[in-house]
Amino acid sequence: MSSFARQVRALLWKDLLTEARTRELLGGMVVFALLVLVIFNFAFDLRVDTIEAVAPGVLWVAISFAGIIGLGRSFILEKDRGALDGLLSAPVDRGAIYLAKLLGNLFFMLVVEAIALPVFVTFFNIGIALPELALIILLGTVGLASVGTLFAAMAASTRAREVMLPLMIFPIAVPVVIAAVEATALLLTRGSSSSRAGWIELLVAFDLIFGILSFVAFDYVVEE
Amino acid sequence: MSVTSLPLANRRSESRWRALAWYDWVLAGALFITFVAALYTAFLWAPTEAVQGDVQRIFYFHVSLAWLAYLSFFVVFLASLLYLWRRADHWDILARCSAEVGVVFTTLVLITGSLWGRPIWGTWWTWDARLTTTLILWVIYVVYLMLRAYTTDRARGARFGAVLGIIGFADVPIVQMSVVWWRTLHPQPVIEEGGLPPSMLVTMLISLLAFTLFYIVVMRQRLRIELMRDEIERLLEEAEG
Amino acid sequence: MAVASRLAPSIATDLAFEIEGLVRRYGYRRALDGLDLVVPWNQRVAILGPNGAGKTTLLRILATLVRPTRGQVRVGGLELPSQASAVRRYVGFLAHQTFLYDELTARENLIFYGHLYGLPDPSGRADALLAQVGLADRAGHRVRTLSRGLQQRLALARAVVHDPPLLLLDEPETGLDLAGIALLGSLFYDATGHLRTVLFTTHDPELALALADRVIVLARGRKVFDRPASELTPAVLAAVLRGEGEIR
Repeated sequence: MSSFARQVRALLWKDLLTEARTRELLGGMVVFALLVLVIFNFAFDLRVDTIEAVAPGVLWVAISFAGIIGLGRSFILEKDRGALDGLLSAPVDRGAIYLAKLLGNLFFMLVVEAIALPVFVTFFNIGIALPELALIILLGTVGLASVGTLFAAMAASTRAREVMLPLMIFPIAVPVVIAAVEATALLLTRGSSSSRAGWIELLVAFDLIFGILSFVAFDYVVEE
Repeated sequence: MSVTSLPLANRRSESRWRALAWYDWVLAGALFITFVAALYTAFLWAPTEAVQGDVQRIFYFHVSLAWLAYLSFFVVFLASLLYLWRRADHWDILARCSAEVGVVFTTLVLITGSLWGRPIWGTWWTWDARLTTTLILWVIYVVYLMLRAYTTDRARGARFGAVLGIIGFADVPIVQMSVVWWRTLHPQPVIEEGGLPPSMLVTMLISLLAFTLFYIVVMRQRLRIELMRDEIERLLEEAEG
Repeated sequence: MAVASRLAPSIATDLAFEIEGLVRRYGYRRALDGLDLVVPWNQRVAILGPNGAGKTTLLRILATLVRPTRGQVRVGGLELPSQASAVRRYVGFLAHQTFLYDELTARENLIFYGHLYGLPDPSGRADALLAQVGLADRAGHRVRTLSRGLQQRLALARAVVHDPPLLLLDEPETGLDLAGIALLGSLFYDATGHLRTVLFTTHDPELALALADRVIVLARGRKVFDRPASELTPAVLAAVLRGEGEIR
């Protein structure tokens, strides 16, 4: 195993182990996502005819807001204990730090989505094509997490850090949200599959471009 | 190497940039002339548009401002890249000032767009592709300014700003694409623009020129102020130390 | 020299640290204002000085956490900041923060850092270090449950997990009891029993003279005092720090 991969694995293991022992991230994220789903029920007075129009948006609001909670916490913890300096003074590739954080954040978001999805399907009475929905959710989550991990690293070093993270992520991730919601909507209404493919291509393009940009930019964010 | 740690000889060239020079007066004069020309052509000389009437005249400024906003943010993008590459303070100052000016322009684009839209569509706002994209652009760069303001360490603020300046601008075409596709699925009232007759085209170009000169003059003065502020801080620091 | 060849076989250098005209600015404040310092291999140097003198900044620059604003810095012949990633393998750093993860056990922390440094047998090394610092019986306890003094011992173990030839310690005596201080001295020697090159900051003149070969004092970002420890007594050193003694 190359040293880069070994470092990513060690860093990821450290984050997963910490979360397994404290469960502070996942608990908050799951409850929040479920809460969003419930509140939207009251906010929109959902009837059978309006559900399909609203459902995709509700799903992605739940995912993005819950995701931001997790993204924010991951770096704040590191920063508060000054542990990031411990990583930076070691011969650790900065990209490995980014990748490990990204994979960790991705993992947590996917766990939350796996829990929230059945609840969503039940609340909104939806029959869905699961594999393709899973693909859309995966691509959308990667998009949010890739820029989100970078921005979380920045936000952790600013004042008003809880506010700065969503402010940075949401405008930049607009294409992800639009594409994910539209693709989900087309899937639910069994709409044009070529349009759906177009949105999915947009998601893939965003994930690639901004995944690479974030990976490269991370170096500049953590150095002093 | 930052500007202020350069040896004294170079700092003298800095002070040359700080002072008002002959070209500042030339630029100001040119700005005045072209702006008067732009106002005249837009409000008096250009023909009244058949469908929309005189309200359409705001279009010349609306489009010019939009062009300037994109220019400003492109400058932010370039200056950010140069800062990360070279680490010279003046690239950071350029990026920061251009972002400020750009946000002002973008705000005006939104306002003129809204003013234009009200008589035409009957609403103050519509989620058409251009306005939506402009709104998101506005948010991105307002957040840029907030990020700079909330980062306590100067060098770190410069680095963070540079990263956001690059990512934000790279995002613009993708946001545009996604919003346009989205809009074709959910049609909204649109700003129709056919081809422009020559007189309107000329008016448009004069307006563009006027606003571009405005950008240059404002940026130049803004940079002067920043250089002066830098110098004052440096002197204060030396006096204390 | 055996130690030098570990760092960069092609570079023959007598000097562990070579610092010339080092300046570090934060905004317009100069934390370091033209520092010159030359440290040969295997020397133990104590760095003293008032708060804000630049001691921590100096260590952080040598630990590659902070870039110099100006000046030349060479660690084992390797230039900073351009060769920072190479330097990191050979430097151990103890800061004010412990760099330990609260929710991991003492053993897990050392294994984690062992992996980061690319050690062939992180678990074995962790066990050996825990024994050496007297934490073998607390190996499976989470760091959160350890006292400050024990955390400091673990932090010291972490700093030497990769057995570096160069050691940078920022106020290592913090939280340590007498046994811990004795341990500190022993950690100045690497796994083969050779003396490392050590730079440590402290506020305690007696500790400085007990552990160091050479004492320097920083003030306002510059070196104002530099003498071998053998020429000094605690009283003299304390006077220098109070600003009464001679400055050289």
